[in-house]
Amino acid sequence: MSAVTQPAVRRIGGVLLSVENISLAFGGVKALTDISFDVREHEIRAIIGPNGAGKSSMLNCINGVYAPQQGRIHLDGATFSAMDPHKAAAMGIARTFQNIALFKGMSVLDNLMTGRNLKMKSSLLAQALYIGPNRREELAHREAVERIIDFLQIESVRKTPVGRLPYGVQKRVELGRALAAEPRLLLLDEPMAGMNIEEKQDMCRFVLDVNDEFGTTIVLIEHDMGVVMDICDRVVVLDYGRKIGDGAPEDIRHNQAVIDAYLGVAH
Amino acid sequence: MSQPGSNPDADTFPRLLLHHAAVRGDRTAIREKDLGIWLSWTWREVADQVRATACGLAALGFGRGMSVAIVGDNRPRLYWSMAAAQALGGVPVPLYQDAIAQEMQFVLENAEIGFAIVEDQEQVDKLLEIRANHPALKHIVYDDPRGLRNYPDLELVSFQALQERGREFDRAQPEFYAAQIALGRADDTAVMLYTSGTTGNPKGVCHSHASLIAASRGDIAFDGFTADDEVLSYLPMAWVGDHLFSYAQAMVAGFCVNCPESSETVLNDLREIGPTYYFAPPRVFENLLTSVMIRMEDAAAFKRRLFHHFMAVAKRCGAKIMDGRAGDAKLGDRLQYALGDLVIYGPLRNVLGMSRVRVAYTGGAAIGPDLFDFYRSIGVNLKQLYGQTETAVYVCKQPTGNVKLDTVGRPLPGVEIRIADDGEVQVKTPGMLKEYFKRPDATAESITTDGWFMTGDAGYFDGDGHLKIIDRSKDVGRLNDGTLFAPQYIENKLKFFPHIKEAVAFGHARDLCTAFINIDLGSVGNWAERRGIAYSGYTDLAQKDEVYELVRQCVEQVNRDLATDPKLGNSQIRRFLVLHKELDADDGELTRTRKVRRNFIAERYAQLVGALFAGDSHCEIEAQVKFEDGRTGTIRADVKIRDAATFPVDAGKAAA
Repeated sequence: MSAVTQPAVRRIGGVLLSVENISLAFGGVKALTDISFDVREHEIRAIIGPNGAGKSSMLNCINGVYAPQQGRIHLDGATFSAMDPHKAAAMGIARTFQNIALFKGMSVLDNLMTGRNLKMKSSLLAQALYIGPNRREELAHREAVERIIDFLQIESVRKTPVGRLPYGVQKRVELGRALAAEPRLLLLDEPMAGMNIEEKQDMCRFVLDVNDEFGTTIVLIEHDMGVVMDICDRVVVLDYGRKIGDGAPEDIRHNQAVIDAYLGVAH
Repeated sequence: MSQPGSNPDADTFPRLLLHHAAVRGDRTAIREKDLGIWLSWTWREVADQVRATACGLAALGFGRGMSVAIVGDNRPRLYWSMAAAQALGGVPVPLYQDAIAQEMQFVLENAEIGFAIVEDQEQVDKLLEIRANHPALKHIVYDDPRGLRNYPDLELVSFQALQERGREFDRAQPEFYAAQIALGRADDTAVMLYTSGTTGNPKGVCHSHASLIAASRGDIAFDGFTADDEVLSYLPMAWVGDHLFSYAQAMVAGFCVNCPESSETVLNDLREIGPTYYFAPPRVFENLLTSVMIRMEDAAAFKRRLFHHFMAVAKRCGAKIMDGRAGDAKLGDRLQYALGDLVIYGPLRNVLGMSRVRVAYTGGAAIGPDLFDFYRSIGVNLKQLYGQTETAVYVCKQPTGNVKLDTVGRPLPGVEIRIADDGEVQVKTPGMLKEYFKRPDATAESITTDGWFMTGDAGYFDGDGHLKIIDRSKDVGRLNDGTLFAPQYIENKLKFFPHIKEAVAFGHARDLCTAFINIDLGSVGNWAERRGIAYSGYTDLAQKDEVYELVRQCVEQVNRDLATDPKLGNSQIRRFLVLHKELDADDGELTRTRKVRRNFIAERYAQLVGALFAGDSHCEIEAQVKFEDGRTGTIRADVKIRDAATFPVDAGKAAA
């Protein structure tokens, strides 16, 4: 039902992010060569490609972990030759990581609260004193975090240390922490890696719901082609640091260059 | 404070609600945990919410004699919807929220349902699927809007919008609501509860306001419940137990109902609320105990020793103290018990969320002796009750201080019981059903011409006037040598072992008795890990020789027990196998209330049954399984079959 009706109703807007001729090299290794693509507001954009194709490097360029040697990034009307992570976060980019990067000893709740860091106005001391406006501020943040807990259905582990949770739930918590920053653009690095079918279905549901409920634009890296075909609006395909395909999932499926990259060609 | 249900004019639930709103309007009627915070509504607020909901339903065209499906977890708004439907003279039909669309469709068609009030997108999706074949389902109201924003369906209404329309409607016709309630009569159908349907299609059991209120008043008087009691409502709303306990009794006594945050947080919510009155099927008590035991295994050595020491003390004297027979226990034990209450039992009750429990009930299935004694010995007043959907669970209860494990207690006030010639228990109760919906044939089959309800259970009264139930009377069979064969009795004995999750016994019209076993993946998995036995999943673990040995010991213990019973002694289990897959309600092997559907299983696994009786040592089988997303697949396995030792039937007793 929803699959049929959604594309018609969802309002995909203008270009939110575009990368232009990005090239990134580590010494002699060319991770990315002359990559250009754009991401429209409210869409789910997938980056796919074989191992080592440069997918994570691409995300790292977008949120400023890496500074590309060439090319430009246009985000929301502003142009950068390189982002920096603080600026990226302040401009509404949040991300999750391929290897979960949570505070293992802290509870789910506290991990999500760290995601609100940028939104907190009062000083560390004022927060520690927990009086007056700071108290109200903290309550407001807690409410925002509770909405995310409800959204991701992790009420039962609210106070559990993250390290004790199963992998699939940790992935969900990480998504939650990214959501806590109320991002406009969410970068998901292999959100479904290592999950079983049921966990993948849940995660797909959450990604779609985030996109739907909050209107968040999503760029995700994924290996599972079934997932990509089902939930993404457009797909970029990378191979050895080059873009070899860009378009709707249906077109990508029949793109000979993509098929060759995935299945290999006889030389 | 006025006595619960003291207002005799309040003979329908909507009138009871008005009564409570008038006499205890500022007291909390219902709570729900949302976003980590317990929200509460007073009786007055609930009355207002119900009024808005009812008027909203009326604005949509709902009226007398119509039915509305209620589907979802225990949510205040769903309980209010029931009251709202009743206020308009309609009939709420709660459905099991985990039922798949096809199962729901039967009920929706059978009950001619045109309205549904559901919790969330999951349920909306199912109902939309059903509506394709059942266009009579006009209006769907949802509580949680998440994910539904882009559904273009005009007949989908949010609960909020429903209430807004209702308030508008109410402003326009302020007399309407009161007039509707005034039209209600005590013998109107108050609710329709579909029975799980162990055989055939589910049947809609119609209860009148009168029968539910009478049953509730009886229960409340029996255990002395007041408006100060607290319950946690976490069992399916479609189940008669929850309907009585979280709706009917709460409406009569005026106590507070608490809705957990989600089905996964129940344990935590239980601790936070600390209910004074608690109902759970044996399975829930068992899961609680298992989780405690697993945590104790991981505790430090000193704590573990302390725990085991005091549990031994409790085992010796706890149940006696609970029964008010402290004098029977040794003085030393009693002193130790008092100390244990301070350091172990009290904290343990707190962890279990049972610190404030005055009365806890279990029923619906047999409870294991160890399990039952465990709770009673740590000071939880756990008792058993007996009843069915048709009798509003108002037949027998164990009185406080007079509890016998293998019985279900004495008949409740106003209940008459007789045992038919074939051993069937027949009852007359104030909580008697009105009829099966559109099934006069079934009604006639279940109620004798002189007004006795045929429970279908076989049982008898013991010397103290306590009722003992052994099995379903139609399931009681005979081996070829004439020995009585009560499959459920045997299965229950097997299931009391923590390693065995389900069992299915066969033996009627056979020479010997055999059984299918489902191991408990959690418990046996843990057991295997401790012994370094590697396994990849259920199917693999189930076929390990070590596991068969473990199960064989359990089976032989059951045989030893059976040997002491002269009637059932010869129905000891000669051969058994461990099934390669878990029995599942989605495959139709269990009912939604997790009872085994023996005949269905026997048919489905005819090959295995044949091999059991043929004396083979293994059998290859392929089985279809249905995954949770609705796809089907097959599991292929080579199932081993093993013999179990049997014991001579106690000669002394057998002669008697």
